Amino acid sequence: MDLGLTEEQEMLKTSARDFLQKECPKQLVKELDESDEGYSPELWRKMADLGWIGLVFPEEYGGSGGSFLDLVVLLEEMGYNILPGPFFSTVVLGALPILTAGNEEQKKEFLPKVASGKMLLTLALTEPSARYDAASVKTTAVAQSGEYVVNGAKLFVPDANVADYILCVARTKEEVGTEDGITVFLVDAKSPGVKCTLLKTLARDKQCEVIFDSVRVSKYNILGKLDEGWPVVESVLQKATVAKCAEMVGGAQAVLEMAVSYAKERVQFNRPIGSFQAIQHYCANMVTDVDGSRFITYKAAWKVNEGLPAAMDVAIAKAWTSEAYGRVALLGHQIFGAIGFTMDHDMHLYYRRAKASEMMFGDGNFQRAVVAQELGL
Amino acid sequence: MDFRFSKQEEAFRTEVEDFIKKELPPGWTEENIYWPGGYGTLADFELSTPLIEQFRRRLAKKGWLAISWPKEYGGAGRSNIEQAIFHERMSYYRAPGGEIATDIGGPTILHFGSEEMKKEWLPGIAGGDIRFWLAYSEPNAGSDLASLQTSAVEDGDELVINGQKTWSTVAHVSDYAWMVARTDPTAPPHKGISMIIVDNKSEGVTIRPLINICGFHSFNEVFFDNVRVPKKNIVGEKNQGWYYVMLALDFERLIIPIGGFRRTFEEILEYAKTKHDGQAPSSDPLIRNKLAEIAIEIEVAYMFFWQTAWMLDRGLVPNIEASVLKLVTTELSQKLATAGMEVMGPYGQLERGSKWASLRGRVSAGYLDCISALVGAGTSEIQRNIIAMRGLGLPRK
Repeated sequence: MDLGLTEEQEMLKTSARDFLQKECPKQLVKELDESDEGYSPELWRKMADLGWIGLVFPEEYGGSGGSFLDLVVLLEEMGYNILPGPFFSTVVLGALPILTAGNEEQKKEFLPKVASGKMLLTLALTEPSARYDAASVKTTAVAQSGEYVVNGAKLFVPDANVADYILCVARTKEEVGTEDGITVFLVDAKSPGVKCTLLKTLARDKQCEVIFDSVRVSKYNILGKLDEGWPVVESVLQKATVAKCAEMVGGAQAVLEMAVSYAKERVQFNRPIGSFQAIQHYCANMVTDVDGSRFITYKAAWKVNEGLPAAMDVAIAKAWTSEAYGRVALLGHQIFGAIGFTMDHDMHLYYRRAKASEMMFGDGNFQRAVVAQELGL
Repeated sequence: MDFRFSKQEEAFRTEVEDFIKKELPPGWTEENIYWPGGYGTLADFELSTPLIEQFRRRLAKKGWLAISWPKEYGGAGRSNIEQAIFHERMSYYRAPGGEIATDIGGPTILHFGSEEMKKEWLPGIAGGDIRFWLAYSEPNAGSDLASLQTSAVEDGDELVINGQKTWSTVAHVSDYAWMVARTDPTAPPHKGISMIIVDNKSEGVTIRPLINICGFHSFNEVFFDNVRVPKKNIVGEKNQGWYYVMLALDFERLIIPIGGFRRTFEEILEYAKTKHDGQAPSSDPLIRNKLAEIAIEIEVAYMFFWQTAWMLDRGLVPNIEASVLKLVTTELSQKLATAGMEVMGPYGQLERGSKWASLRGRVSAGYLDCISALVGAGTSEIQRNIIAMRGLGLPRK
């Protein structure tokens, strides 16, 4: 048993922390949050130069051959600093499925462009039912002379507003409600009939409604096999869920550090508020939540990395980490008092993201239902 | 990162498991109502000591009462991860294993004792011949342990001890007190305390039983009236006892019956899946949600457990980690009892031996015993103080 990071991972962690602190200050985070694009092309180029975007791609596709665990380490730092933008959508939701399910041509066409920062991706899975199961996929793709015609509405699609290609999950067989007959298409976001509307969200993240109105897609743009796309989606969801946990762990760690340092400085009743047991116990609870989240997230990430069955571990990690981050963010606010309730302060950036992350890929109740099922209940 | 056991660790785990299955009296795990995290339902309080003694001697013969100690002191010279693997399996089967001398006193002696003291005490402890009880708390020194008043005054080659200890779990079935007493009444409270080993058979020691909430004689109050102890029984240096007891408490907080949580959970889970008069409790979505919640917290607790063992193997001292582990698991002890009650409904209140009782009244006993979990070895509040002040550096004033 070895519960430590490798030397390379420690280095990646340190350099990511330093880079993001310098290149993505909170002022920029706030500006990007308020912008329509939600990311900085300049920063994106720098991240591509650092090899972050292609971190987990094999070298032949312009990457550096890192592991999923390496990516998790990087994502934790992105959550710690808060990095707005389409990294998660492009790499986790878009590139990983191409890497695992794409054919050689697709990998060669997409991955080098993504790695060099020239192409952004996302995944369009959820629909107005806002659920993550196969039965909720109602968007259809009908074969028509070597092409497919896609019709349907996708909702809560992250970063579709800037994506160059959208991985669209659609039904290619009539049987509604089953996992059979689902296909994943690589759709050019500029295709006629694709209409993207930016939603206004709590966390200022760029989630979109994407309407596919008779969008024509070549049959060569099927990712994986026709009608057998659901396992591809499941695999993405599993990785994305752990990846989201990693971001949350970083965010919770940042809140803990901010709150503890404030508790040491802020004086009331002629003493630092951190000397009061009420505040000390809040901080102790935060440590417990943050460390527990990190351990359980890395365990799930390790299982995914090893290709071991991980359904239970991933659900456990997401259920626990989602709610732990929520608790930590609330306690952080309690410690900061009124100043934390302002737009000038950084606390709200974390508080908002804690809720958005909790809901993405299923909240505590959703994940506990998965755990219960795995327990044979 | 690798969450798998190594080949050697895996082999050891199998060896432990086989041993337990072979040597533990039949039906032991099911009969035993020990509640994970609690202090009040240990098998020692109700079963014939010879049975437990016999089992412990067999463990001692394998060096398993002192797995991570060096071989020269009677240990097995294994890693802390292996020690943790042993604890995990043992607690899963509710097997009687190490106790205060092996898990708290011994490791502290190993850290701070003189070579002479190590040679005098450790082999006997590892051999299962010596049992300690913790002589810390006094009627007026609970969470504020440094205010303790039991005195130890030098007289030639001896110390003369006077005072009263209380909440002394297993004192009546042990051989020696692992005691903190005041050796310098003029020094500040933390700087005048020494750690001393006191023979129960000494003249002037009176042990009176206290019956715990579960109905067992688990703890005692113990009076010391001019009890004479050789000075060589002082652990480490005189007046440094406060620092030793802090480490000893960290060791105590690491003894987590982690497997016991899993075992008891599995039994409650099985109950939930079983139809009782036509309906299984698990058909209720709220019950499913509750059980999933407990399963998740057990996994999180396991991670804290392995983490502390892993740190020890890297020469790091788990300090706030010990407090976090203690806090998380004891609160889990209470949640598990509450969840058990929720799953079983009115059947949960039935005690062992009652008509209609299920799971041998385990949940009913656990519902009472879990109270002790959050109090013993430093209350949850004390753990949070430690995490905040020692761990995060928050100011005292």
